[in-house]
Amino acid sequence: MPRLIRMDARGHSTLAEWTREDQAAFEAAVEQFRSGLEGGYIGVLDRGEGRAEQVRELPRDAELVIMRRPIAGG
Amino acid sequence: MYREPAGPPSVTSAPALAELGLVPWREPTDERWLRRYAFIWLCWTFAYTVPFVAAAAALIALEPLSFPVALAALTHAWIIPELYAYRGASVLRPKGPRNEGGEPVAQGLLGDLLGHEPRRLQRDTGLAMERGGMGVWLIGEAGALLLPAGGRRVHCFCVRATDGELPPSDRVAHLLLALRTDEQGFATVANHAFCGAPWRVRRRLPRGMRPGLDAARAAARQAQV
Repeated sequence: MPRLIRMDARGHSTLAEWTREDQAAFEAAVEQFRSGLEGGYIGVLDRGEGRAEQVRELPRDAELVIMRRPIAGG
Repeated sequence: MYREPAGPPSVTSAPALAELGLVPWREPTDERWLRRYAFIWLCWTFAYTVPFVAAAAALIALEPLSFPVALAALTHAWIIPELYAYRGASVLRPKGPRNEGGEPVAQGLLGDLLGHEPRRLQRDTGLAMERGGMGVWLIGEAGALLLPAGGRRVHCFCVRATDGELPPSDRVAHLLLALRTDEQGFATVANHAFCGAPWRVRRRLPRGMRPGLDAARAAARQAQV
């Protein structure tokens, strides 16, 4: 089942889960995703094999979308 | 050995790391930049060691009794490169308070992101190894090392997640995902701290992390063949 998670102090928190058929669950997930972006998080889709993609909109067919904080030079 | 560059991004994705907008003045850190920086570090190392060695030799030649001063000069020639290497190794050292409470959950997510061998290495050393287009990366909680193909040099970068409450594995996962998104952007955002021979950094690393550097160096050597 596709999931939207956020990396945080607890390790990670699941913000939303949806199925391809469940439009309401997906819309709720989109709302969570947008709220995360407004809160300064960045949406990332891990493509496997060393590839990831930054996403501005929640892809319906993604298995796992991760919200991360920005990075900075130390 | 190295992965191919990522394909074209979709309409809803961003091709470059979002954080690049915070450092618009920086020149992109690509392979050419790295080679140039490695050369500058090499020259710099000679510049601050050769004069001390030459002074020590001259003192002994002119007056053998001045050997204590010559010894002090040689000590300077040894200790200054050591301090720079220590600075390089320090990018991998854990820094600040760590939220260990969330670590088991964070470790599970990081393990899912890594392949079998890098996952094992990460659990043993705390460092995640990742092959990129610019070389082999070794990612810690607040920094990363890059070993270009051949493994003769190591570049040390200071870079971290901006959320200080994250457990250690989440910090590594943040850096890993940013690296996988845009390798050149990741290197550009990070602060370059040191460049030199891997053995110089290795002996300044905590003992438990050294196998991580050994594995990354072996992978970088294979990449040359």
